[in-house]
Amino acid sequence: MDHSHTHNVGRRELQMARSMCWHCQSEVSGEYFCERCVKVQPVSKEADYFTCLGFPRRLTIDPHKLEAKFYELSRAFHPDFYQNKSETEQAISLSNAATLNTAYRTLRDPIQRAEYLLAIEAGAVKEIRTSPPADLFEEILELQDTLEAYRASDQSSQAGHQLRAQLQKEQHALEQRKQEMETQLERLFIDWDNLQDRGEATGETRAERDRLLKQIREILSNRTYVKNIVNDLVATIG
Amino acid sequence: MARIVGIDLGTTNSLVAYMTGGVPKVIPSRGGRTMVPSVVAMTDNGLIVGDSAKEHLTRNPERTVYSVKRFMGKGLADVQSELAYFPYAVTEQGGVIRIKLGDKSYSPPQISAMILKELKQRAEIHLGESISKAVITVPAYFNDSQRQATKDAGMIAGLEVVRIINEPTAASLAYGLQEKTQGTIAVYDFGGGTFDISILKLKDGIFEVLATNGDTHLGGDDIDRRIADLFVKEIRSAFDIDLMAYPEHMQAARLEAERAKIRLSDGQKAEIFIELPDEKGGFTRELTRSQLEELAAEIVERTLSPCRLALKDAGVTPERIDEVVLVGGSTRMPLVRERVQALFGKQPHCHLNPDEVVALGAAVQADILTGGTTDMLLLDVTPLSLGIETMGGVMSSLIRRNTTIPASAKEMFTTYVDGQTGVDIHILQGERELVKDNRSLARFRLKVPPLPAGVPRIEVTFLIDANGILNVKASDMRTGQSQSIEVKPSYGLSDGEVERMIEESFKFAQEDVNARRLIEARLDADALIVTTERSLTEGSPLIGEKEAAAVRKALSALTAAKEGTDPKPIRARMADLELAAKPLSVALLDDSLKRSLQGKKVSEVTKG
Repeated sequence: MDHSHTHNVGRRELQMARSMCWHCQSEVSGEYFCERCVKVQPVSKEADYFTCLGFPRRLTIDPHKLEAKFYELSRAFHPDFYQNKSETEQAISLSNAATLNTAYRTLRDPIQRAEYLLAIEAGAVKEIRTSPPADLFEEILELQDTLEAYRASDQSSQAGHQLRAQLQKEQHALEQRKQEMETQLERLFIDWDNLQDRGEATGETRAERDRLLKQIREILSNRTYVKNIVNDLVATIG
Repeated sequence: MARIVGIDLGTTNSLVAYMTGGVPKVIPSRGGRTMVPSVVAMTDNGLIVGDSAKEHLTRNPERTVYSVKRFMGKGLADVQSELAYFPYAVTEQGGVIRIKLGDKSYSPPQISAMILKELKQRAEIHLGESISKAVITVPAYFNDSQRQATKDAGMIAGLEVVRIINEPTAASLAYGLQEKTQGTIAVYDFGGGTFDISILKLKDGIFEVLATNGDTHLGGDDIDRRIADLFVKEIRSAFDIDLMAYPEHMQAARLEAERAKIRLSDGQKAEIFIELPDEKGGFTRELTRSQLEELAAEIVERTLSPCRLALKDAGVTPERIDEVVLVGGSTRMPLVRERVQALFGKQPHCHLNPDEVVALGAAVQADILTGGTTDMLLLDVTPLSLGIETMGGVMSSLIRRNTTIPASAKEMFTTYVDGQTGVDIHILQGERELVKDNRSLARFRLKVPPLPAGVPRIEVTFLIDANGILNVKASDMRTGQSQSIEVKPSYGLSDGEVERMIEESFKFAQEDVNARRLIEARLDADALIVTTERSLTEGSPLIGEKEAAAVRKALSALTAAKEGTDPKPIRARMADLELAAKPLSVALLDDSLKRSLQGKKVSEVTKG
């Protein structure tokens, strides 16, 4: 067992940190209800959304399983079922339910899920791109010129119609581009999951891990950039 | 746990329901009517509510309040454009609308509280127990101020509002329970004053709202107005009379418009008659369904764009909707059904009474909260994005619309100037970019210890609870200390004002208590009279004539006392009767015992 492996195990334990039941002080470890007094326990502030929903940190998640787990935990935490309970339990239920809802909303969407994983794995805040990605640079510059020309033109004129048609074509192309990025992401997500499943912690896999995270981050930010451009386009040409 | 009733506090009508034997039931009045008109009238004999108040709409329009729901949680500026339609005087005080009734002014929550009290009393008489808790429904698209105002109304009426739930989702609960509806459904809820659309997924007892949208100022009222406006126009050109100057006649025209609209849901034409002021005779005309539809078309059309937005937010196409459910009286209009069918591409239905289904659903939710129903769970969403004002008058969104509630968001605040002791926070709700285009909910000042700029770190938690109501908490990240926040609502009553209104309502409560005690005493007396009379017929041969005469005397004394308005003598005469009838009941008991022992051996008897 090399050093980094021990490190990983240590991290895992931290997530499932043992703590005491707020009510009867008996030991609870990661369960949502105390085994002794059956009181609801607050979801740990350190727990990430994957842990909260009982899923491993993977980028491909079966939406049906995720939904089933969300429903199950909703039945456990929702304030509706704590109306007759103590104030402390009501407060825990409210805060747990709010955390659960955020966790589900984040993990349900593959893009948000990946952005969240990047944040907890690499500590990266969401990168907001202000200039176009290199391979789209010229295309975007041209598009912006056309957009300006369209805004300045008499939109009901022949020229206006032509510009509009051109923009529609661009929109279509960009949407396709976004689709391609999403396909690329899906492949990277599978690579990431495979790497995690292998569970090795050699120098090689660490390098592979960093490479994957970097790639995912770049495509994610490019995708967001393209998405925003498309939204602008739609807002202008309707 | 004490019983919780479900209340539909509607623009036009209100209802109260409860769960019995796993089935929700609307509580009718003694006369068998399920709906209480949401009308409050100030008469010479005091305030009256419901059916009797409705009669005052035309007799006493300046002192009869209807459609008060339209004013809940609003400022005067919000409703300026429609004030001309209301014959009662609407003013503003401290950012909250006040309605003048006689020489007193009432806030909309106070007026709503009077309707709630009527429903509370109805439930108490029907169930024979005191009611102190309720689930109250609101339009799904109600904002925080409107929800808070509804909660305030409950408190003023002496009801703990254990939950505010959305009307379309309440309806879905009733459908899920009674019709076993499953799949993706759209609830189209078009009522007297509000419109809501909710898209839900019903699966394994979970009612998950995917998206909701609506217009809290769009309803059957608006259609009535269009019709009434037409009458006003025609009366002006034919008789040279401005009906708007005569509140009584204007009310009559509005009610005639409503009646005609209702009649045209089944029929093809309706006769209109409006009495003209100053004995100038009457205005008559015929209104056909197609004329009505022409007048209503634009209003019905306005419900469709929220539907499209809700579908988009839910991420479903109309084809993916398994069922479309209609709720609210306005969905009885054939035009509405036609347009809904065209949009969703399937025939909408209303197997449950669209007037009652919301109250029934509220009763189901009440049963979930008391722990009676355990297999159903509603996961609702917040209808509007919540955010705070940032530099340049821009709203920064913290919790997006259609987020499942409870929902929370945390935001860190610091200072820009050395020694700064406070940060002002302005909370908003809405979908627009700029602060001025959104709804201001509240402002508060965050207390900050005087430190160099940028050093303080105050974390503010914005939490929308299961009622869709905002709670704010702040804690100093350096010291770990939390601070309480006093939020000043932009369009609501302060806690102090609500308390004062509760006190005021207690003044009336004494009268209410007396009234209720009287009703209860009379009911109990009736029951006692019936059973005693029955016993007397059966048992008079068993007792002496003197004793039977005493029972008869006590019976007539109670019957006489029952006519009075004081519950005390009724209770006293009931005690007298019980005492006088004692020999009778003892004799009856002995007799039945004797008969049950006949033909049995002694050993069997002793063995018991």
